Amino acid sequence: MGIPAIVCEGLSKRFGQTPALDGLDLAVPPGAVHGLLGPNGAGKTTAVRILATLLRPDSGRAEVAGFDVASQAAQVRARIGLAGQHAAVDEILSGRQNLVMFGRLYHLPAAVARRRADELLDRFGLAEAGGKPAGQYSGGMRRRLDLAASFIVAPRVLFLDEPTTGLDPHGRNEVWQVIRALAASGTTVLLTTQYLEEADRLADVISVIAAGRVVATGSPDTLKSLTGGDRIDVVLREASELTRAATLLQARLGGDVSVDQDSRVLSVPVTDRLAALALVIRSLQDENITAEDVAVRRPTLDEAFLQLTGPRR
Amino acid sequence: MTVRPVIPPTLRSRAGWAIADAWVITSRELAHWARQPGAVIASTLLFPVMIVLMFGYLLGGAMTVPGGGDYRDFLMPGMFAMTMVFGIGATLTAVSADAARGVTDRFRSLPMATSAVIAGRAAADLLNSAAALAVLAGCGLAVGWHPHRGLTSALGAFGLLLLLRSGFVWIGVYLGLTFYPNPEAVTAVRTLEFPIGFLGNPFVAISTMPAWLGAIALWNPLSSTVSAARQLFGDPIGARPSWITDHAVLMAVAWPLLLTAVFFPLSVHRYRRLSR
Repeated sequence: MGIPAIVCEGLSKRFGQTPALDGLDLAVPPGAVHGLLGPNGAGKTTAVRILATLLRPDSGRAEVAGFDVASQAAQVRARIGLAGQHAAVDEILSGRQNLVMFGRLYHLPAAVARRRADELLDRFGLAEAGGKPAGQYSGGMRRRLDLAASFIVAPRVLFLDEPTTGLDPHGRNEVWQVIRALAASGTTVLLTTQYLEEADRLADVISVIAAGRVVATGSPDTLKSLTGGDRIDVVLREASELTRAATLLQARLGGDVSVDQDSRVLSVPVTDRLAALALVIRSLQDENITAEDVAVRRPTLDEAFLQLTGPRR
Repeated sequence: MTVRPVIPPTLRSRAGWAIADAWVITSRELAHWARQPGAVIASTLLFPVMIVLMFGYLLGGAMTVPGGGDYRDFLMPGMFAMTMVFGIGATLTAVSADAARGVTDRFRSLPMATSAVIAGRAAADLLNSAAALAVLAGCGLAVGWHPHRGLTSALGAFGLLLLLRSGFVWIGVYLGLTFYPNPEAVTAVRTLEFPIGFLGNPFVAISTMPAWLGAIALWNPLSSTVSAARQLFGDPIGARPSWITDHAVLMAVAWPLLLTAVFFPLSVHRYRRLSR
């Protein structure tokens, strides 16, 4: 178990003048679901392409399943599965034919490749559609076929590059279920996404990347607490009282109180949740300000994401 | 079921696997035929047949072959060669579609032989063109064309045509890997197929062209294969004697080898550049 499933040290890559990766470091233990979260152009796809041996880094090194991606590419390829941003399947061939073809390219004997194809069609809910051309599949079905193709040899490490981009909510749920099942079987998964919800739901650990480097790593909860812990949201009845209430709470609790005029919400960062809650309610009552709702909440991953990937200070 | 891939241990078993992998890619193309016979017939077979009928009957009445001979006899070797030219577009389209849709990347992420992706493509395209030649020959027989110099010569002619096609495969692979990011360029390249034909001798005798155009047409690699095929089929050649026409068979071997010598390394270079 000692060997990490994925290691990157100082990976850098530029396309012409544009740096895509700028010293990316990453360590993923075996069996984990690791999310790479970042805005468009942050370098997520470049990182996956380097790890899947499709692209050579300009500098730095990377190992997958204990093998160097540059000098031991064949060993790496025998142990990984890749589902890229396109559903990379042959649209004319049927789902079954696709899986048999990819199985043959993993050098499975023909009979084994056929058996494995049927097994995967079953497991990924495509048994009925197995004989139909992949071009006639819905978006979600095509992604599932793509995932099945990346799972032919039960890879040690599975790379999923934005696996739900372009899918409707239904298709996204289908794919999420499949990914959870794959992760449960012990495969290490590296998942890139620009959807915070997706990372929150699927990943054990998230690395937030921006401008080609990791800016924060941790569990979804850890990342949320990086933005400064809990907040109390107060919804006022009268928008006209917002300014007065903000000044009041700022004075009593300290911290930056943010004001949203449209939804009449004041948001106060707090440390001691219950004491602060009592103080907020008492302060408002003292000044006869009517609140419709008061709630303590954890910061959202959105707030963490925006803070981490926002303009660098 | 847990399935583990195996990596070939020796050089010899690697070579065997490279062939097996290439065959998987080739049989993928053959499976396309079985899946979509209509599309294959329409795109690779029907079109050349239509051109034969159009040129043979519609325009053929106005055509005379210098030195005498029937225009349809003159036309058929030209059409065979044009079918090889149309193959450039077929290769180009298939290669660029795979690259653009991520299928090529999936192949590259598999523990398969790197060479098999291109080798399998080449074998499939040659089989495709051989089938197209067979259909077109059947069409030629139906409009009154037939080889005059025996079966061996005829097979030699078809061999030279497929040799030309194998040179064109590498042009198609190279252009496909170069232009796959923009589909407009792929379409643009395909529209150049006919002009390549008109700048040669498939439809019109070179001796009827203005001198400067005739010089271009004479040195068009396509023209040597067409002349050689006309010789081997015993069809009218319609050209004034010149060194390159007199050595048409030699040139029909030399040109495809030259095209391969140029475009095969370029294709490999482009393929490797996918990882840059």
